[in-house]
Amino acid sequence: MPLLEIDNLSVTFGGLRAVDGLDLSIDEGEVLGIVGESGSGKSVAMLAVMGLIAFPGVVRANAVRFNGRELTGLNKRERRNLTGKDIAMIFQEPMTSLNPCFTVGFQITETLKVHEGGTRNTRRERALELLSQVGIPDPERRLNSFPHQLSGGMNQRVMIAIAIACRPKLLIADEPTTALDVTIQAQILQLLLGLQREYGMALVLITHDMGVVAETAQRVSVMYAGQLVEERAAGALFTHPRHPYTHALLDALPERGRDRPRLPTIPGVVPGLYDRPSGCLFNPRCASAQADCTERVPPIESGNRGRVRCWHPLREDAVGA
Amino acid sequence: MLRFILTRLSILIPTFIGVTLLTFAMIRLIPGDPIELLVGERGLDPARHAKLRAEMGLDRPVLEQYWHYLTGVLQGDLGKSIVTKQPVVDEFFTLFPATVELSICAMLFAVALGIPAGILAAVRRGSVFDHSVMGAALTGYSMPIFWWGLLLIILFSGILGWTPVSGRISLLYFFEPVTGFMLIDSWLSGESGAFKSAVRHLILPTVVLGTIPLAVIARQTRSAMLEVLHEDYVRTARAKGLAPWRVIGFHALRNALIPVITVIGLQVGVLFGGAVLTETIFSWPGIGKWIIDSIHRRDYPSVQGGILLIATTVIIINLLVDLVYGLINPRIRHRR
Repeated sequence: MPLLEIDNLSVTFGGLRAVDGLDLSIDEGEVLGIVGESGSGKSVAMLAVMGLIAFPGVVRANAVRFNGRELTGLNKRERRNLTGKDIAMIFQEPMTSLNPCFTVGFQITETLKVHEGGTRNTRRERALELLSQVGIPDPERRLNSFPHQLSGGMNQRVMIAIAIACRPKLLIADEPTTALDVTIQAQILQLLLGLQREYGMALVLITHDMGVVAETAQRVSVMYAGQLVEERAAGALFTHPRHPYTHALLDALPERGRDRPRLPTIPGVVPGLYDRPSGCLFNPRCASAQADCTERVPPIESGNRGRVRCWHPLREDAVGA
Repeated sequence: MLRFILTRLSILIPTFIGVTLLTFAMIRLIPGDPIELLVGERGLDPARHAKLRAEMGLDRPVLEQYWHYLTGVLQGDLGKSIVTKQPVVDEFFTLFPATVELSICAMLFAVALGIPAGILAAVRRGSVFDHSVMGAALTGYSMPIFWWGLLLIILFSGILGWTPVSGRISLLYFFEPVTGFMLIDSWLSGESGAFKSAVRHLILPTVVLGTIPLAVIARQTRSAMLEVLHEDYVRTARAKGLAPWRVIGFHALRNALIPVITVIGLQVGVLFGGAVLTETIFSWPGIGKWIIDSIHRRDYPSVQGGILLIATTVIIINLLVDLVYGLINPRIRHRR
């Protein structure tokens, strides 16, 4: 039984379908990468799992099961008891994600206080332990620091400490390294993977950086315009992508373009509210689109080579990576 | 921190000179002099008038008079009232507690209602509540104080008879002032009903004086909250699984309060300005009414001294607000 199972999740803001019929599952202890351009709905989908979609956003799903428990019918209080405890999330901008008015120590112990109670001293001890676990030197002193006194990388470590404070079963990391220096990015990724193993938690890594996914994820979901377009084990996806979008994303990696004078790009942008094409949502930008792609919406096709939403998936022998 | 306070205090010097110059010049620009107003319609023969003017030093060149006044101020001497012959400082500090009491109550009223109203309006943005609060705030802000005061008197004192029309306490009670604050003094006096009477006398002036700060604070709180509610750290607070009241009333509010505190400080100046009108309407024996009376009597030293002391008070309060600002905003406290 998977740890998290999402069946037909949709999130709409007014007329905009940010997430459109998403099916997703993640097993205990698994590292899942969710990849896609800005606006592909990857963050929104995970915010919906966290229960953080605020008005005017509307979340619908046939089922969202977490750890054997159906989340869709829970009341707000029951939902809050899971949020931040069993499912935790860290965000893209560490510098603005921590409250500037409170000390690091306060912000860590607050989560502990809400979900686990305990005494002031036990919470403080745990906060110290967490700070050293996430690799912050001199944790005693850092407890009393304010976020503006720390660097971006340090703040992201504090965010991670807050997220893992209650030993969650699922950690969602939304572009955790995007706002950081390249040298720090690798450290933070290593830290997340180390903690994932140590705590045995499942990790969802949302990113638009294929390189990050390649280094970390066991399985990758590719999203486009709110839909899942391809999902596969990481290795196979990188060597033999089946969806033209995945292929185009991989093709745009600088590492793969060394022998070419110009880096290939995907023309156009993700469709918005008013320019959603008919048929396959990717067809206007697709290199291998054919007449039928504009007519009918392709279904998700499952098989032993993962899942793909395409009328004309690339054949494995057609593309060499 | 000390350097910060000293820099702020050094601004006092040019402000003092400006205030003395302005009040000194303006009171003299009003036609008539104190002597004419003292004798009233009885009239006075020109020789006697000239003699009295000379006694008061009013026949000297204006610049010399100003110099005389300024040197006095620097030695801590604000002069004596032309009408009562009492030192201005004594008169001021006898009446000052009445104004302070009224101002504190008005500010508490404005803060206690304005901040929650602003928060609710921001959280329920676009709702009926939001529109009513902002509409009421605009109305309150635009309404002339004297007119608003008279309306309230007509309704609550005249028609309903719930509150007294004027004064600080019923004439039935008399006790020696201890602190000058009627609420405290009436409580200490032990006379039954005295405290209740003091409260009843305070209600309408508090509402009238507090209306403009209330409107400003509610609007500022709303806009600050709206800004803060979209911040990433509010999302983080929700991602921790905190209850909505804690996310809004603690994580968001703490940040939203920073601009609100600044506005509260600025409103202190507005409060003293409003006190002049409010005290006149309600015959509240405070500084505002005293200054108005002094202007009517062309009591030059009282007007000059009173305004100088009020200006000083406002500046000091704003300095204190700046210090509080540093307390609630760690990003300022840790600079340097």
